[in-house]
Amino acid sequence: MSGLVLKDITKSFGNFTAVDTANLSVPHGKFVCLLGPSGCGKTTLLRMIAGLEDPSSGAILLDGTDITPVPTHKRNLGMVFQSLALFPHLTVGDNIAYPLRIRGASREEQKKRSDELLKLIHLPGFADRPVAKLSGGQRQRVAIARALALSPKLFLLDEPLSALDAKLREAMQVELRQLQQRLGITTFVVTHDQREAMTMADLVVVMGNGKILQAAPPIDIYRKPADAFVADFIGMTNLLDAEVDRAGRVSVLGQAIAGLTIPEGLTKASVSIRPEDVHLGSVGGDAISGTVTFVRDLGGTIETFVETGGKTIIAVATPRERPDVKAGQQVGVTLPAQSCVVLKS
Amino acid sequence: MKREAPKSLADYSPLFFPGLMLIVFFVVPFSTMIAVSFFQRDPSGFYTPDFVFSNYARFLSLFFGKVLGFSLVLAVMVAICCVVIAFPFTYLLTKRPRKVQTIWLVCLLSVLSLSEVIIGFAWSTLFTRTAGITNLFVAIGLMKEPVALTPSFWAVLTGMVYQALPYTILVLYPALVRLDPTLLEAARTLGASPVRAFMNVVVPALRNTIVATLIMVFVFALGSYLLPQILGRPSHWTLSVLITDQAIYQSNMPFAAAMAVFLVLMSLALVGLTLLVGRKENAL
Repeated sequence: MSGLVLKDITKSFGNFTAVDTANLSVPHGKFVCLLGPSGCGKTTLLRMIAGLEDPSSGAILLDGTDITPVPTHKRNLGMVFQSLALFPHLTVGDNIAYPLRIRGASREEQKKRSDELLKLIHLPGFADRPVAKLSGGQRQRVAIARALALSPKLFLLDEPLSALDAKLREAMQVELRQLQQRLGITTFVVTHDQREAMTMADLVVVMGNGKILQAAPPIDIYRKPADAFVADFIGMTNLLDAEVDRAGRVSVLGQAIAGLTIPEGLTKASVSIRPEDVHLGSVGGDAISGTVTFVRDLGGTIETFVETGGKTIIAVATPRERPDVKAGQQVGVTLPAQSCVVLKS
Repeated sequence: MKREAPKSLADYSPLFFPGLMLIVFFVVPFSTMIAVSFFQRDPSGFYTPDFVFSNYARFLSLFFGKVLGFSLVLAVMVAICCVVIAFPFTYLLTKRPRKVQTIWLVCLLSVLSLSEVIIGFAWSTLFTRTAGITNLFVAIGLMKEPVALTPSFWAVLTGMVYQALPYTILVLYPALVRLDPTLLEAARTLGASPVRAFMNVVVPALRNTIVATLIMVFVFALGSYLLPQILGRPSHWTLSVLITDQAIYQSNMPFAAAMAVFLVLMSLALVGLTLLVGRKENAL
């Protein structure tokens, strides 16, 4: 098939397994985010795609051909490093034109392409500046332009935005996504920021302990997490224990929830429910009663912490549907069955 | 942070100690030497204070000109050989595990503890016909019969490179350890082969370090006076050998001083030229 396929990729450093039998298939033109906590193997996986590390076993296929034995400099890819790795002894223009220089392009060709790319990253006229004179965001763009200079098949970025301040990072996320869509280039970004992944990705690959735990579009990862780790890592969630009684009814925190089923044969499971799906109301009826312990009013959203049965449930609401509660107040918590995701515990 | 210019004498106090050291150990002896270089030699005794240019005039001959030229060429060759060997070696060393690096560095330091005399005689033995390395080459079939490699220019060069190499590596090591390894990886992802990436990225990124190391080895090699005598013919003797000869064996202190002053001026000029060329290239 066309695109990139990872087949049973494993990478060990001595006794430590950094990446454990990773399988993934990505068609061309997709934006993939490798997401996970630090040390989960996401950077190692990216470096193997780049050829900077050799997998201990498994194969990497690009458009059906095995590229595992191909050295990095023959893989036709562009990579942006966390440190950006701009060459300090070259100007902005020479940095961008470096891959062309390697391939023996003439001075005019180099100049033409670097000017073209500088326009693409909104930095026209910067060609003759030394790299050291650029701001963080400008360096970022130059590193991206250099990686794209040869219109590579694969565009790899290792935590590219981590050095930028929060506001600039958000702006660059949008810009990077738009750039990728304009060029239609297959892109892999390593990040530990789930917000970044949600913003940019067509496909989010969640990793933990060297394993790929789930690979799905962002909204599916959010709405249908594969397990408790994914549910907890992506956004805020309430992870609660669910029990099945003799009559077959499923109850959470002692309250039966109509319409909720768990896979047959199981008597126990975990339930994940997003804070914005939790309803707060008055005590009584089908609601689970609890005590409000804290209200975090962030202006745009209001987070209410409710303690019930030794567990804290977080509910998020917008100011429009402002739940008029104060700390210490008794409230009723409703968990709609259709918003509950049952996970293996 | 804005720095204020020092106002009172007390603001200058941190400079007193280094200033004193510089005066006692550098300015005074060097001034003495310059003064002596203008003195008149007294054949029966030592020298008498005077102000004559005869010492410098005597130096301006074809013979001494040739010796000076040879000394400078030899020092430049030693510097270039050392950096060309040490730079890739040190680079590869920094890629090894820490433990391996430590062992290598300790071994290099132990080479530094050898005296110049031991190095000289060790190499002269290694280069002899009867007990030298050529016997080994004969044994493995590379050569027909053993030959003497010393005294020769190449023996002098080998000995001096051997002596200066540990210094070169120890000077290059910190800069190469600090070099961001992703620079090289970036070059490789952009299509440069490992060797090309090394030449395009590592060498230019460390240009200042390389120039500084070249100058250091050059100055170090210029002062060598034992190895040329042990491993070379009289035609391979450097100016330092002649200075030693004049100062110690001929008791002609004024002439030795004049030669030393001239050597210092020549090497300063050469170092200055190197820096000037370096700056011009930087501006491009």
